[in-house]
Amino acid sequence: MAAPRIIVVGGGLAGLAAVIKIAEAGGSVDLFSIVPVKRSHSVCAQGGINAAKDLKGEGDSTDKHFDDTIYGGDFLANQTPVKAMCEAAPAIIDLLDRMGVPFNRTPEGLLDFRRFGGTLYQRTAFAGATTGQQLLYALDEQVRRHEAEGKVKKYEGWEFLSAVLDSKGAARGITALNLRTMELKSFPADAVILATGGIGAIFGKSTNSVVCTGSAQSAIFQQGAYYANGEFIQVHPTSIPGEDKLRLMSESARGEGGRVWVPRIAGDKRPFKQIPESDRFYFLEEWYPKYGNLVPRDVATRAIHKVVYENGLGIDGQPMVYLDLTHIDRATLDRKLGGILDIYEKFVGDDPHDVPMKIFPGMHYTMGGIWVDFNQMTNIPGIFAAGECEYQYHGANRLGANSLVSCIYGGFITGPNALAYARSLPAAEGDGGHAAELARQAEINAGLMKNEGTENPFRLWRELGATMTEHVTVIRYNKGLKEADEKIVELIDRYKKVSLADRSQWANTSFAFARQLKNMLELSRVVAQGALLRDESRGAHYKPDFQDRNDERFLKTTKASFTGAAEGPRFEYEEVDTQYIKPRPRSYSATK
Amino acid sequence: MANKTVQFEIKRQASPDAPSVWEKFELEWRPGMNVVSAMMEIAANPVTADGRETTPVTYDSNCLEEICGSCAMRINGKARMACSSLVDNLEQPIRIEPLSKFPLVRDLQVDRSVLFDNLMAVKAWVPIDGTYDLGSGPRVFPQQQEANYPLSNCISCTCCMEVCPQFNAETGFVGAATIAQVKLFNNHPTGKVFKEDRLRALAGDGGIQECGFAQNCVEACPKQLPLTEAISDVSRDVLLQKAKDLFRL
Repeated sequence: MAAPRIIVVGGGLAGLAAVIKIAEAGGSVDLFSIVPVKRSHSVCAQGGINAAKDLKGEGDSTDKHFDDTIYGGDFLANQTPVKAMCEAAPAIIDLLDRMGVPFNRTPEGLLDFRRFGGTLYQRTAFAGATTGQQLLYALDEQVRRHEAEGKVKKYEGWEFLSAVLDSKGAARGITALNLRTMELKSFPADAVILATGGIGAIFGKSTNSVVCTGSAQSAIFQQGAYYANGEFIQVHPTSIPGEDKLRLMSESARGEGGRVWVPRIAGDKRPFKQIPESDRFYFLEEWYPKYGNLVPRDVATRAIHKVVYENGLGIDGQPMVYLDLTHIDRATLDRKLGGILDIYEKFVGDDPHDVPMKIFPGMHYTMGGIWVDFNQMTNIPGIFAAGECEYQYHGANRLGANSLVSCIYGGFITGPNALAYARSLPAAEGDGGHAAELARQAEINAGLMKNEGTENPFRLWRELGATMTEHVTVIRYNKGLKEADEKIVELIDRYKKVSLADRSQWANTSFAFARQLKNMLELSRVVAQGALLRDESRGAHYKPDFQDRNDERFLKTTKASFTGAAEGPRFEYEEVDTQYIKPRPRSYSATK
Repeated sequence: MANKTVQFEIKRQASPDAPSVWEKFELEWRPGMNVVSAMMEIAANPVTADGRETTPVTYDSNCLEEICGSCAMRINGKARMACSSLVDNLEQPIRIEPLSKFPLVRDLQVDRSVLFDNLMAVKAWVPIDGTYDLGSGPRVFPQQQEANYPLSNCISCTCCMEVCPQFNAETGFVGAATIAQVKLFNNHPTGKVFKEDRLRALAGDGGIQECGFAQNCVEACPKQLPLTEAISDVSRDVLLQKAKDLFRL
């Protein structure tokens, strides 16, 4: 029997981690990515990667990492996979170190660690403040090595459109679009791994990269995959608002001692240096004395919202607060936060060594995602998912520096699991469904290309982003969520009248975007409706009308499935695995 | 009073074989506007300054925070990243062209895969035994980490290659980015096992001796990599390797 062929879609940390494990175990991989894999969104991760190596003599342990992660996620995550991830994390750091990641060091030449949100331990390994970039490059280099040895074939500049399913509903490959030649093609595989990242684009502006549209997740959702916990969206407390995107300002700025404050007097016109300590409101430190500026992101984000919108204390009356590093010496900042301070200065024009940064929360991370079992397989046989595109590791709120470890860990276990599945897969009947799926995609493409109407896809997208940001982010009301869903339905209807300004068959970005947009719209309903149905507050999901966590009704995983009906997805709920840590109230104002 | 506007001139080319044309756009000014946000605005309203309908501009972009290396182009004659090019810092009309040293795909999109081919040719990786748990990595002192980290910040944007007079079809020069990676991996306690292979890969035609020391690369690099220093260090190592190989014969 020929070596199993696995398709990996997405070349960020999770995808590359899966590729490396498969190549190492003797499988062949076809790796699909919209952008050259070295330009994947994982490069944007800044602050670090968590692992309880306890190199600071604080008595940290993987059990504590596990507890912090479960508690930080407000008990919504299934505990078995999270426990396994936390236990695997120290060895993952060692491996990355062996691969040459330039982690910051202690004077003795050992790995340095810093503190991040939602923990009291220094558990975060880091390479300046460009940790994601350094990790992605390390995996990219290992994949290039396997590519040189002929074990990996890259399809960069190809976009996943759909899975090819056989008569029994099992995956037999994918269809993809060549973004340069616009060629539509199907590719056979014995198993498919999706590692397609977050869904920031449905919020218009976010900290995510351009490719993070959730289009692939939505496509397989529409082919029958469950989408889980879609309503859990992380809004990062510190981003830099911009015309084209919200740029991330790493949590490591607070990990290294950065302080968040506003003037106590509303509309205080004094320059920041003339505002004495007594007139500065360090609201996170006052409200959360134990964790201070390092409360988890959902808590910090709501606090900033409160200070700006309820207390009216935003700087100059604007939705902005200070993130202040000016009390830390220049050399320390350059050594530990290298990368992000330059970016702030480049985009804003002020030097954060001298002037406090002005920041505001921005949509950042997708806790929910494609439903997978503990082997990372979706409910569609042969389709696996790893990384941010699946839902498994972060519950209702992700802790800072846990995403990089979940991506790499997820990829590492998904690769071998997909390979094992593929090795026991019987041969397909007939063509495995390739011709039918190819025909279905060709029809969609032809229809879109010649569609006549008055709607511009980029403008529809802006409307989607505006409504999702207004109603489905930090503070959620059922009335607003209903409005958002109605708006999405309106946009889906108007999408039928979409007309492309570009109808050429060469590097047509409008065409590719319009295809993504349809999928974004369908996925947005999962997020908005899932939030509407969950009448409680848990982690990042906060409803002023239902302020308490309601374990009796909602200590459950939301599972949405596509129906194609006008009323939208169907929702069901699944028990959460809480076998190791009994759920307890979550509060960061006291000790836990 | 009319709103403040920004003038753009963008070089368009529908395909590698099509003729190129310049199109003018006039967009409403917004605070903090960058070149990428202007492209997005054009996509949402693809009409030229003289009111003619056109197509959205094809260009590469992804992270928009100058870390993925996608959106390199020539802006007012200078190779740089579109995301970090703030309109307020640019003279108008803002003239935008594709990088000139790489095969054109469409409009501002070019094919820069040569860099990834070069990285493969010089084995720009650390050859680990495997991904199973083999314990911690080699000790690295902070001074060494601080020397290597800047080299590891290369975002593969290819600006250094675009501005290099020696980077052309005639010389086949690999360019500064690849040489910097050779230095990085040769410095690594495990990576240096391939040191000789890498130096030999840079010893022949298109190798390091093609460098004319114009020093344009170090000026164009958006991430301030110490490129000229890397070139002179690797250059010295290549010469030593050549001498060594000669005596072995």
